[in-house]
Amino acid sequence: MKEFGRYMMFLETLVVRRETFRTYYKLVIEECIHIGVNSVFLFMLVSTFIGAVTTVQTAYNLVTPLVPRFVISQVVREMTILELAPTIMGLIFAGKIGSSMAGGLGTMRITEQIDALEVMGINSSSYLVLPKIIASLIMYPTLVIFAGVCALFGGYLVGTLTGILTPTEYIMGIRSTFNEYSVIFALIKAFVFAFLISSISSFKGYYTQGGALEVGIASTEAVTSSVIAVLLADYFLANLLL
Amino acid sequence: MIKIKNISKSFHDKTVLSAISGEFDKGKTNLIIGASGTGKSVLLKCIVGLVSPDKGNVFYDLRNFTEADKEVKSEIRREIGMLFQGGALFDSKNVEENVRFPLDILTTMPLDEKLDRVNFCLKRVGLENVNKKMAAEISGGMKKRVGIARAIVNNPNYLFCDEPNSGLDPQTSILIDELILEITHEFDITTLVVTHDMNSVLGIGEKIMFLYKGNMLWEGSNDDIIHSGVKELDDFVFINKVMKGLKGK
Repeated sequence: MKEFGRYMMFLETLVVRRETFRTYYKLVIEECIHIGVNSVFLFMLVSTFIGAVTTVQTAYNLVTPLVPRFVISQVVREMTILELAPTIMGLIFAGKIGSSMAGGLGTMRITEQIDALEVMGINSSSYLVLPKIIASLIMYPTLVIFAGVCALFGGYLVGTLTGILTPTEYIMGIRSTFNEYSVIFALIKAFVFAFLISSISSFKGYYTQGGALEVGIASTEAVTSSVIAVLLADYFLANLLL
Repeated sequence: MIKIKNISKSFHDKTVLSAISGEFDKGKTNLIIGASGTGKSVLLKCIVGLVSPDKGNVFYDLRNFTEADKEVKSEIRREIGMLFQGGALFDSKNVEENVRFPLDILTTMPLDEKLDRVNFCLKRVGLENVNKKMAAEISGGMKKRVGIARAIVNNPNYLFCDEPNSGLDPQTSILIDELILEITHEFDITTLVVTHDMNSVLGIGEKIMFLYKGNMLWEGSNDDIIHSGVKELDDFVFINKVMKGLKGK
């Protein structure tokens, strides 16, 4: 509870004594490049393979001739939009970006760079962390949409090239009984996860004390705590919104 | 001028500072000296507000910094320049961007003017043609110089230096000390240096405060230190044969 209280107080410090809009604009752009653009390849790779594997495994489980084959891509679509794109990518996001945020801030803390900002009269938490959170809120949902498209494309490639189903069947399955709310739900999850991962990781990094060993510990804790928070939020959002 | 009044600080049960009072004069290099673990850096952090004292107040030219609200503290801090032990340069920025940083954040100066000021400060600390080098690419001594340039770029009224000679060879240490002394006189600022380097104490200590186990035991100048008559200070200063010989003369 004490840690949660510190986390809430930390969030409060992000929005008081802010710097100028011009300052944040530049920082947010830089963070968007770091968080978003630099993660595109990893997200593309992972999501394409996840889509491909999901297609193969779904086909493997639907052996009965009573179920039409387009159901395979229907299942892939639902799994991708509801869970694989927002949640599994969230775990990858926590591993790549969360640990990087915690490690970066932790290093800045132990090398007195954060103290240097404070001494200059700058609200260091707001200056360093707020752009990371805003950039995550912009870039993670974008990455989730991109990952969803890649996963469906991966499923299409594997499904059609291996003869599991025809291109027409795959497209038919993707389009049949499509509920737009699934996408809205996925985006809500993406926003929540982006906030949780970026804020928790920054919190862990910002309050690092000690040396290089502690920076490593902070990075590990950031990933662990973010993953737990994402999984809990995933469950609560599913209960609440579905 | 900076005045501290009854500054006390404890961490858990350990008392680090016990009712420290004193004044640090404008236009002088004021030194806080003492052995490792005597609370020098904690006192410095209390003065700049990185650590909140349990008791006592810090006054910047009669403005009570300790009890000021965040806005006023922020205003006072914008008059402060600080050189950190390791330089604390921003890894993601090059030398020029590091020095320009306070101007980018705290002023609305046009870029040309900022660059002129940056180049002036870098030249003042004896660094030229290193503007585009990253912090990781320069030596320890250069990092300290860049740290000083960054500290003075915004024309501060107060300059703080935490162990400016740590990790430097004796020659570079003396150069850094001389630079701090020159800048203090040239810009007429209140400079506060935390050190346990005896060359610094004797070389630039225009006003010295000696801390021992969290208490202030002695105040004076580098001229008075040899004949202070305080045993703990003598034990600290005249620890080696050379210094003992100096006392003998």
